Amino acid sequence: MNKIARFILFDILKNKIVIFYTILLFIISWSVLGLEGNYTKATLSLLNVVLLVVPLVSIIFSTIYVYNSSQFIELLLSQPVPRVKVWFNIFVGLSTALVLAFLLGCGIPILLYSSLETGFSLMIIGILLSVIFTSFAMLAAIISRDRAKGIGISIFIWMFFSIIYDGILLMLMFQFADYPIEGIMATLAGLNPVGLSRIFVLLQLNISAMLGYSGAVFQKVFGSGGGMGISMLVLLIWATVPFILSLIKFNKKDL
Amino acid sequence: MIEVKNLTKKFSKFTALDDLNLSFTNTKSIALIGPNGCGKTTLIKCILGLNVIETGDILVDGKSVKDDYLYRKDIGYMPQIGRYPENMTIEQTVRMIKDTRKVSETHLDTELLEDFELEKMYGKKMGTLSGGTTQKVSAVLAFMFDPKVIILDEPTAGLDPLASEILKNKIIKEKNKGKLIIITSHLLSELDDIVSEIVFMNEGKIIVQQSVADLMTETKSANISDSIISILKEMKK
Repeated sequence: MNKIARFILFDILKNKIVIFYTILLFIISWSVLGLEGNYTKATLSLLNVVLLVVPLVSIIFSTIYVYNSSQFIELLLSQPVPRVKVWFNIFVGLSTALVLAFLLGCGIPILLYSSLETGFSLMIIGILLSVIFTSFAMLAAIISRDRAKGIGISIFIWMFFSIIYDGILLMLMFQFADYPIEGIMATLAGLNPVGLSRIFVLLQLNISAMLGYSGAVFQKVFGSGGGMGISMLVLLIWATVPFILSLIKFNKKDL
Repeated sequence: MIEVKNLTKKFSKFTALDDLNLSFTNTKSIALIGPNGCGKTTLIKCILGLNVIETGDILVDGKSVKDDYLYRKDIGYMPQIGRYPENMTIEQTVRMIKDTRKVSETHLDTELLEDFELEKMYGKKMGTLSGGTTQKVSAVLAFMFDPKVIILDEPTAGLDPLASEILKNKIIKEKNKGKLIIITSHLLSELDDIVSEIVFMNEGKIIVQQSVADLMTETKSANISDSIISILKEMKK
């Protein structure tokens, strides 16, 4: 790991908010997994918390951190360091720190109280969601010079993927209930990183039957090995595309 | 050697630099002067690549600043207002810059570091430092890597008389080694012993570029401040 990324990583790991976030995740996972005897049910409850908390903390914390490190960026750029390297290392440092926080907070209770078999998919999507929403945060922070506006944009991005997107899907489903739209719905649901993460974990838990007919469609579309590969690919695209867009903008920015 | 060719820099509608042509040759020490907001800092930021160049070009030793970042190895920059990460200590900041420069310890110029006695407060965080001490850190970092070009933006603003004397002597010493030194300052009286050439800017344009000796004979004045004032009076007519 590069020195810049390592410096940022250690700087964040000392940060009180990240420590609090780790402890919070740990307490939640520990209590959920400790109280519920059935691993599958416990993982499901934990899934809902992870899907809400991880994206929110990742995006808000990263946006604020990027704004706060504007001075650091300026200092580095007056040295012989390319812009791409600075921006990429901030991304690496931030996402590594958030992934570590997630692994410490959720990974340890999962290993202690559940089995790796049921908890594995949850850990994968926790890691991916941390990276994806850090990537969104970098984009939100570069769009506006105004910190309040940037944080507003990131809150909107989080709300959009966590709440609004599902709402729109639900509305479409009611409107077009008479048509055979299952395939389209499954695709649309799969385009949302948060929704896709949920489907991904549900399918790994083999409880898609609980979802009724749409569960069967999901099982058919995402359940196979190829479907899993595609879900991974979609999540990885969500992790890279916002970052690349922010990098393009950063390269043209006056500091 | 720095060449500025047809450089125009706009911030949305405001034109900060207007079709600028300049050349700074080595072994000279140049003073960039002009009223507030005339584009001095913008020009410096363009040379450093902190501001992106859209029209025109800047060549440092024949290499365009748009192509590569490595030319910054030869530049030491002391900003007007040094902005540093608040949680880093002085030691961490210095080490961080050393790491990015990758210059061996024996080639470091630590003269200013010793003269300013910064090592005594290595453990202090950058956020808690006074304006003057922050300026000292900036100065140390600008000179530390023995760069060919040294750019100083308002170097003595905020420094106490003793520190600014140390810095001034250091600048003269480096100038005598044959380095290109670019200084912006409003304290014209300070420039007298340091600079050999004057670039006077106003509203993004170059008004005068002349050597100090020529300028003084032309305006029949004894020092830089008088001659600049006579230029300003000339402009108002």
